[in-house]
Amino acid sequence: MNVLEVNDVHKQYANHKAVNGVSFSVPSGCIFGLLGPNGAGKTSLIRIITGITKADSGEVILDGGRLDARHPSRIGYMPEERGLYKKMKVGEHIMYLARLKGMSKQEAANAISHWFNKFDIHSWKNKKVEELSKGMQQKVQFISTVIHNPKLLILDEPFSGLDPINANLMKDEVYELKSKGTSIILSTHRMEQVEEICDHMVLINQGKNVLGGSVKEVKERFKEHLFKIKYKGNLPSPRPSFITVHEQTPEEIIIKVEDDSDANKYLQNLLQSGLFIQSFEEILPSVNEIFIQVVGKEKTMA
Amino acid sequence: MDKLWLIIKREYLSRVVKKSFILTTILTPLGIIIFMLVAGIIMNYDGAEERNIAVIDPSGILGTDSLLLKNEKGLQFQKVQGNVDSYKNSEDFDAILELPSINDYLETQYEAKYYSSEGVMGSGVIERLQTSISDNLYYHKAQKFGFNRDSLDGLDTDVELVREKKNEDDEDFSTADSLIATGIGGAMGFIMYIAVFLYGMMVLKSVTEEKTNRIVEIMVSTVKPFYLMMGKIIGVGLVGLTQVAIWAILLPVALIVSTLFFGMDPQEMQEAQNQMAGMEVDAKEMENKMKTAISEIKDQNWLLIIPLFIFYFLAGYVMYSSLFAAIGSAMGDDVSENQSLTLPISLPVIIALYIMFAVIQNPNSSLATWSSIIPFFSPIVMPARLAFGPPWWEIILSVVVLILTVIFFVWLAGRIYRVGILMYGKKVTFKELGKWLFYKE
Repeated sequence: MNVLEVNDVHKQYANHKAVNGVSFSVPSGCIFGLLGPNGAGKTSLIRIITGITKADSGEVILDGGRLDARHPSRIGYMPEERGLYKKMKVGEHIMYLARLKGMSKQEAANAISHWFNKFDIHSWKNKKVEELSKGMQQKVQFISTVIHNPKLLILDEPFSGLDPINANLMKDEVYELKSKGTSIILSTHRMEQVEEICDHMVLINQGKNVLGGSVKEVKERFKEHLFKIKYKGNLPSPRPSFITVHEQTPEEIIIKVEDDSDANKYLQNLLQSGLFIQSFEEILPSVNEIFIQVVGKEKTMA
Repeated sequence: MDKLWLIIKREYLSRVVKKSFILTTILTPLGIIIFMLVAGIIMNYDGAEERNIAVIDPSGILGTDSLLLKNEKGLQFQKVQGNVDSYKNSEDFDAILELPSINDYLETQYEAKYYSSEGVMGSGVIERLQTSISDNLYYHKAQKFGFNRDSLDGLDTDVELVREKKNEDDEDFSTADSLIATGIGGAMGFIMYIAVFLYGMMVLKSVTEEKTNRIVEIMVSTVKPFYLMMGKIIGVGLVGLTQVAIWAILLPVALIVSTLFFGMDPQEMQEAQNQMAGMEVDAKEMENKMKTAISEIKDQNWLLIIPLFIFYFLAGYVMYSSLFAAIGSAMGDDVSENQSLTLPISLPVIIALYIMFAVIQNPNSSLATWSSIIPFFSPIVMPARLAFGPPWWEIILSVVVLILTVIFFVWLAGRIYRVGILMYGKKVTFKELGKWLFYKE
């Protein structure tokens, strides 16, 4: 079951095509990485999903139905460039946004006290937003994004500007929401975060999706069949013909094979030769490498 | 609609509970009163010291009841005998006023001498002394020619032009009416002008703040930009109404209270002013004038004027503030660029004010007719004309045209606003704004 399906969405601005036929789907209850270089059309796409703008063509299906007036209550969106009304009190501010999302006063009050308890920030309630530090404001921002318990949470660069402690806190919250069944779209440049957090991903470049799937599967697709073997002693020679040496130092060797089973065969050879093997692992490309490879290739083609 | 209501509520409350709002709302009438009091005190201030002045008037130019001898504040005049030199070293007098005898009674130039060790005399004092001496000379010379004072006063005739109906069914309107109407009209037009600017700018500022603050992206992912804009316009409009209503109550109350406290009787002030001007005013005549004025004010068709005034207030405000909102949405951080965007909207408001001043002088001119139909000007010009009782068809036409224009501009502003608030770092020209009108959602 997919919480969100984007089918062949196009969006043209005055003289530039921001989104040019993007399709992907976000499975329920996963963390989904929306990647792409600057200007790839991520923000345009998010604005279409959140209903801020409309697509010229194509469809967006949220939770089984086309986008309509009820959808703001199901989506929580935290933009990259985010702000709050500086003169408003924290409690009133969150209440205001929660009510705009369609919560009743009572529901909103309950949710606010739940989150204030959770972050232990009851003392902030009557402070003005401008009195808070930037990190504190981010927390308020996050609470007001998730206060109405959205089915789909869209976070645009959520960790930017956060110190490591707060970034971790935020990460834990994201995991927790996921475990409660919220689906999360994470738009980011930070590839190591995608690797760490995301289950699925799509890569957008020049208004098109160029790559997508589960993170594991994408890595699998881009792997170069490299294996790293750490050892002590002397490698038996001659080397079998089914491997080629990618890199070699006195303690480790990286080999490239045609078929993954060849790596196993080679390991057996080594073990039989009595060589001491410290470790044996497959080298998978990082998302970062895949990103550079795919986007870089498109660039040279363009 | 629930969301619109929430936005209106926030826009309204967030302003009304602000300390600065409460302070300006309460302090403005107080400030006006204090300003009036201070101005009154300053106007009445005539120099710190009392000065004794000897008046040498051998030929009796000053009558015995001359005002000059009684009433110059800070200056004590005393008629003395003898020549100037005998008083020059006197301890009793600070200065000497010498009024030489007249030889040629047809001569229109007269030179009086004022002996003083101070080089500078306030020009107000000089002028009042000159006028007073001139008045005295008038009677003095007249006596020489054989007129007595009463017959002279009889020569002075006040003329009042009374307008009568030409046909039976012509409108009732007296000359006094038009004076009062000018006053009421001017005041209303001016209030409109201030309101459009004050509250229109408030909308503009708040839109720009939301945009540069980046809260707007969160807001529009929840509500339609149009609701956000309308909520703001309506909320700020209600703030304006609240403030104007409070002022309308507070200002008269403050006036009465201050009169009681400071013992500033308006009649007394009037008298003091007349004395300063050195003229005698018939108290009865004054009273009669006041009475007609008050009855004219009462006779105004307030049941028509007040609702129409409120209508023009709201319509004018909504029209201009929606334009200000559109402009505000397009603004960035560049101040000079912002000014060039605001100017084309402010200009009609300023022109309307000037037209309004011309119109209250001449409320039936074709300028008045046309400018109260053109929607850019009508919210300021028409309220000013209401007290003159403009023809019905003009009022109706003006109202209809204004309503249609307001709807059109709100629509227009909404189209620009929805694009503008999400547009960053683009140099905005009016051509660009025109393009935004046709952007798809």
